[in-house]
Amino acid sequence: MSSESGKHYPHVLPLSTYFSVAGALLALTAITVWMSNFHFGEWNLIVAMAVAVTKAILVALIFMHLLYDNKMYLTVFLSSLIFLSVFITFTLYDTMRRGDIYDEVSQPIQKRAALYETLKKDSTHTKSSEVHH
Amino acid sequence: MSTNHSGTHPAHLQHHFSDVEQQRESAKLGMWFFLLTEVLTFGGLFCAYAIYRSWYPEMFSIAHRELNVTMGTINTVVLITSSLTMALAIRSMQLNNKGMTQIMLFLTILLAATFMVIKYFEYTHKIHVGQLPGKYYFFEGIDANNPHIFFSIYFAMTGLHGIHVLIGIGVIAWLMIRTSKNEFSSEYYTPIEMTGLFWHLVDLIWIFLFPLFYLIG
Repeated sequence: MSSESGKHYPHVLPLSTYFSVAGALLALTAITVWMSNFHFGEWNLIVAMAVAVTKAILVALIFMHLLYDNKMYLTVFLSSLIFLSVFITFTLYDTMRRGDIYDEVSQPIQKRAALYETLKKDSTHTKSSEVHH
Repeated sequence: MSTNHSGTHPAHLQHHFSDVEQQRESAKLGMWFFLLTEVLTFGGLFCAYAIYRSWYPEMFSIAHRELNVTMGTINTVVLITSSLTMALAIRSMQLNNKGMTQIMLFLTILLAATFMVIKYFEYTHKIHVGQLPGKYYFFEGIDANNPHIFFSIYFAMTGLHGIHVLIGIGVIAWLMIRTSKNEFSSEYYTPIEMTGLFWHLVDLIWIFLFPLFYLIG
């Protein structure tokens, strides 16, 4: 870890690495914007997230140097993502399946918020579109 | 390695570290733990997004059309470019090219400011037409249930992200002052490197915010 003189010798990446990563990020941005013009239903979200994850991996590994640094930092970063996915997954297990058991609990969510009652035009179009899940 | 406090150790080495490399690695580990807390902070908001999008899939799809994809795309390009200039600022300092570091830091600030100006135009339009969070919502043009929730989450997430961009501008300006005072070199540039990590994380979060808000199918 420490050199004999205690000096720091930086790990310098070639310029081409930085420019090709930036180019790839811009190209992926173009792809994800272009893809959003088509409607694949569920797949829109999956494709958009796949592109975003690819971009995130490029930024984290190259720009943030995780590929070259002590893997301790990568471990810290990945542990934050693991906890985040546990957090979101278990919360969604609850919130997405509530209506299956407690029908009356799921009802208030599907109603329009009270604030819309005070909007002038509101009475002319009473909506009940989002009743299904 | 050595506990020699007299004489030859570099000025930037704090006495409680055995050598420069240990000091640098400790700083970096601390920074990564900070970034971990940042991921979890934004994570709460991403969780809120996931819950409400799963409850109101159609409302999200209809309400997101009110966002300006062109402005969002420009901001994505601006932020990616600023990540590149930040990375190049660090690289220039690794090669002791202080002039280039200053130019790259300045470009990063310029791009960050551009991002905030575009965000300002987006926000003022939404505030004007009433696409506001929670009870302040008064827009009538969205034909779906409870679109105020979409804008609550939109303003919370892009707002917190925007605060991070503003903090980043401040820290990078401080780096420019320190660089001009000749405090950094290829031997010691830890503050620039740590700010770079912060700035890339701000970019990382935007990489997810952009498709989740602007590009819902």
